Amino acid sequence: MALNREESSPLFAGTVAGTLRLLAYLALAMVLMVLDHRNGWTWRARYAAAVVVEPLYRLAGAPSAGLHALTVAFAERKTLTEDNQRLREDLLLANAKLNRMAAVAEQNQRLKELLDTQRSLELNVQLARVIGVDLGPGEDRIMLGVGANSGIHVGQPVIDARGVMGQVVHVLPSTSVVMLVTDPAHAVPVTVERTGLRTIAYGTRDGSGLMLPDIPLAADVRVGDRLLTSGLGGRFPPGFPVGTIRRVRTAPTGMFLEAMAQPAADLDRSEDVLLLHDQAEPVGPPAPAAPVGPPADLAMPVSAGSAPAPAATGATQ
Amino acid sequence: MNRQRIALYWFSATIAVSLVAMLVPLPTVLQPFKPYWPALVLLYWALESGERVNLGLAFVVGLLADLLDGVLLGEQALRLTALVFIALRFRSRLRFFPMWQQTLAVLALLINDRILLLIVRSFAGEASPTLSWWFSPFVGAALWPFLFLLLDDLRIRLRIA
Repeated sequence: MALNREESSPLFAGTVAGTLRLLAYLALAMVLMVLDHRNGWTWRARYAAAVVVEPLYRLAGAPSAGLHALTVAFAERKTLTEDNQRLREDLLLANAKLNRMAAVAEQNQRLKELLDTQRSLELNVQLARVIGVDLGPGEDRIMLGVGANSGIHVGQPVIDARGVMGQVVHVLPSTSVVMLVTDPAHAVPVTVERTGLRTIAYGTRDGSGLMLPDIPLAADVRVGDRLLTSGLGGRFPPGFPVGTIRRVRTAPTGMFLEAMAQPAADLDRSEDVLLLHDQAEPVGPPAPAAPVGPPADLAMPVSAGSAPAPAATGATQ
Repeated sequence: MNRQRIALYWFSATIAVSLVAMLVPLPTVLQPFKPYWPALVLLYWALESGERVNLGLAFVVGLLADLLDGVLLGEQALRLTALVFIALRFRSRLRFFPMWQQTLAVLALLINDRILLLIVRSFAGEASPTLSWWFSPFVGAALWPFLFLLLDDLRIRLRIA
């Protein structure tokens, strides 16, 4: 036995066969990585293995859920009362605002109907719970406890009470992954609320905030300006708060202004989030209006004898 | 026979727990300090029972880890295979190091692992990480003596070779 061990792990020199095996495995891993980078197999494999993978995610999320339950269970009565009081005040304030807004919203709806736009202020949302799972370092992603079985699909915007959180990037049968707006790979088209300037907000490298790297030098952007989604690109509906500008400076190249913004949503603390469903908003220019010609009566002599014309005149009379 | 089966179960259980521990989130402040659990557990088994761990096993565990928590399929497979290869190559020496030397060796292995990850990430075109990204190997090395003693104690209690 001891002799055998010596052979499998010699004291000084390694065997050639061992090195060759290492190289073979490394090559295999690299081939897998390249193929995955091109085709995105990881998530397909995860979807196929969902029966095993999803319970493990739930299991891994259990400690943070348990901790949360414990803090609630052992929270002091005073804290809870204070919380309750604060929430009541918030609700009162929100209701008061809503009441004031209701009339305006109705008026807005009527005006929009007059303008014949399809946009509506109503939200078609779905509530989802966040599962506390660490999805690898250097990534700003969260996992939600709803998936394809609940009608979730890739690209759905995710919001909380304060603003835009991100969008769904991967879907498993009963869980899904959301890329937050602060992820370095994320970008969201925004407008500055005060001036209407359109630009794009990217996530930062360390995931701490939002970065607006290409604002024209002449543009009027100030600290404290609020950013809203512009609705360009068709992914996020317009008008949701994205963040607040915290710092503005000239970019190192000297060609643009660079602004850092604080996300509006509670990215770290949200327990429940809202998933927006499609609002059937057309992407791109509105459909061309139906051609309005002269009244059908006048067209009669030209298209005399055609079948629909008499019917049309009959309807107008 | 029964003893062997227990040994196999115990071995698989430690690996499975390390994979789940990798997924468990820490509070935001502690997040960068999270050690790479599967690497530590695989290292322990590579040092303590070298005939159980081979490159193929490291590759499969890496693929499982990727399936759970990876950006790219094959990334952790590559890292763990390299790690286990080095550990097995120097196993006879590492085993008889005093604990502080072993800890330093583990630190070197974990830093090497981070460098491999950095290479893979930069090839995949991802943003370079911040300074806090480098804390994890140090935490892993600092935890190594405790993990080693704990696992060794349990192994001896279960009388697993």
